[in-house]
Amino acid sequence: MNATTGLTKMTSHELARIVFHHKELFILDVRNETEFSDWKIEGKGIEIINIPYFDLIDGVDSALDKIPENKPLLVVCAKEGSSVFVAEQIVEAGRTNVSYLEGGMKAWSEHLEPVKVGDLKDGGSLYQFVRIGKGCLSYMVLSNGEAAVVDTLRMTDVFEQFAREKNVKIAHTIDTHLHADHISGGRQLAAKEGATYWLPPKDATEVTFSYESLEDGKEIEVGKSKINIQPVYSPGHTIGSTSLIVDDQYLLTGDILFITSIGRPDLAGKAEDWVGDLRTTLYTRFKELSNDLIVLPAHFGKVTELGEGGKVAARLGDLYQDNPGLNITDEAEFRRTVTENLPPQPNAYQEIRQTNMGKINPSEEEQREMEIGPNRCAVHDQ
Amino acid sequence: MQADITVDTKGMACPMPIVKAKKALDNLEPGQIMEVVSTDKGSVNDFQAWVKQTNHELVHYVEENGVFTFYVKKQ
Repeated sequence: MNATTGLTKMTSHELARIVFHHKELFILDVRNETEFSDWKIEGKGIEIINIPYFDLIDGVDSALDKIPENKPLLVVCAKEGSSVFVAEQIVEAGRTNVSYLEGGMKAWSEHLEPVKVGDLKDGGSLYQFVRIGKGCLSYMVLSNGEAAVVDTLRMTDVFEQFAREKNVKIAHTIDTHLHADHISGGRQLAAKEGATYWLPPKDATEVTFSYESLEDGKEIEVGKSKINIQPVYSPGHTIGSTSLIVDDQYLLTGDILFITSIGRPDLAGKAEDWVGDLRTTLYTRFKELSNDLIVLPAHFGKVTELGEGGKVAARLGDLYQDNPGLNITDEAEFRRTVTENLPPQPNAYQEIRQTNMGKINPSEEEQREMEIGPNRCAVHDQ
Repeated sequence: MQADITVDTKGMACPMPIVKAKKALDNLEPGQIMEVVSTDKGSVNDFQAWVKQTNHELVHYVEENGVFTFYVKKQ
């Protein structure tokens, strides 16, 4: 708490805990309308309004009428400066329990919150890293002093720090496919940690670097007791998309199957060609797997998909009941659903693919800008 | 372009470019032109949204080597 203003700083970590635990928070977002309508902070206990800061330069009276006095208030903007400017005026007007978001939406977009998914048979464990501001999910499999990171996000320092805390060495980084909505940190993390970087060969035909082929029949072992990661070729979102069965309990589906939607086939410009693959993966190949596998996707579309403690997970058998993308019996209708009326493509997705192939090397600031906005990798993300 | 007033916000971050610009514009007469020079890329969209919303007119906008210059005619 700043003694002179009575204004408190809230970190992205603190905000993530509020969202995960459905606590009540009123948010005043002071960015411009376009940015607000593109993406914003969401959560079950969150109530949010948008008044651009440039409407509040001469005073905040017009905003005070819209802000309830009985709820904690968080003011957010793009980076931080404008939220402090507005929040200070609100505190001066006599309001209490007012905070601003440290680092603004930029920090929120990059924040990763680790959530434990469960224990593995040999005493190891599996963690999900929720990039809550963008809807991306990474995973870390830990066992006997070693770790494998799956669908590593760009903020590799988070994984390095987590591995150090847990006293494990990162031995593998695995990408289930060539990502189009975010820049992979897999290759960079592997280079820093001396780990092996795995990528499906069919997604890697244009890459400029060496990698280990992620293919059916190969087994990736983590730790002395050999936690098994088994690749399952599951094309459709990309031609190489490969899911992973971990410890015979978990199915990491990448961008093929989500909790309330399925992967879109058009981000590499080949929707028509890949519809058949997508159908076969979802309606034949995954059906042959155990219904008791816990599906862990690389994205969530809506904040309502966050379950207990922020975890995004569902039993495969339950998804065959509830996920609309798995319940389209008519093939022609399926084809229409996954190729027509798709949501807008993710921001800068072409450049992101080029970056993930190693063809272009944007600066950190450029990478950050490329990733702005929601992920939009699912068919039903509107 | 001839401006009646120039507001230099180089080096300033959000929200200061617009705060300074608004104060300057308040002192102008309708029809007069304000020039705003900024190096804050983050305020560019905000600036355009602000001008639109306040019904002033963004008559010209240039970017050169990371320096943004806006010309706004007061309504």
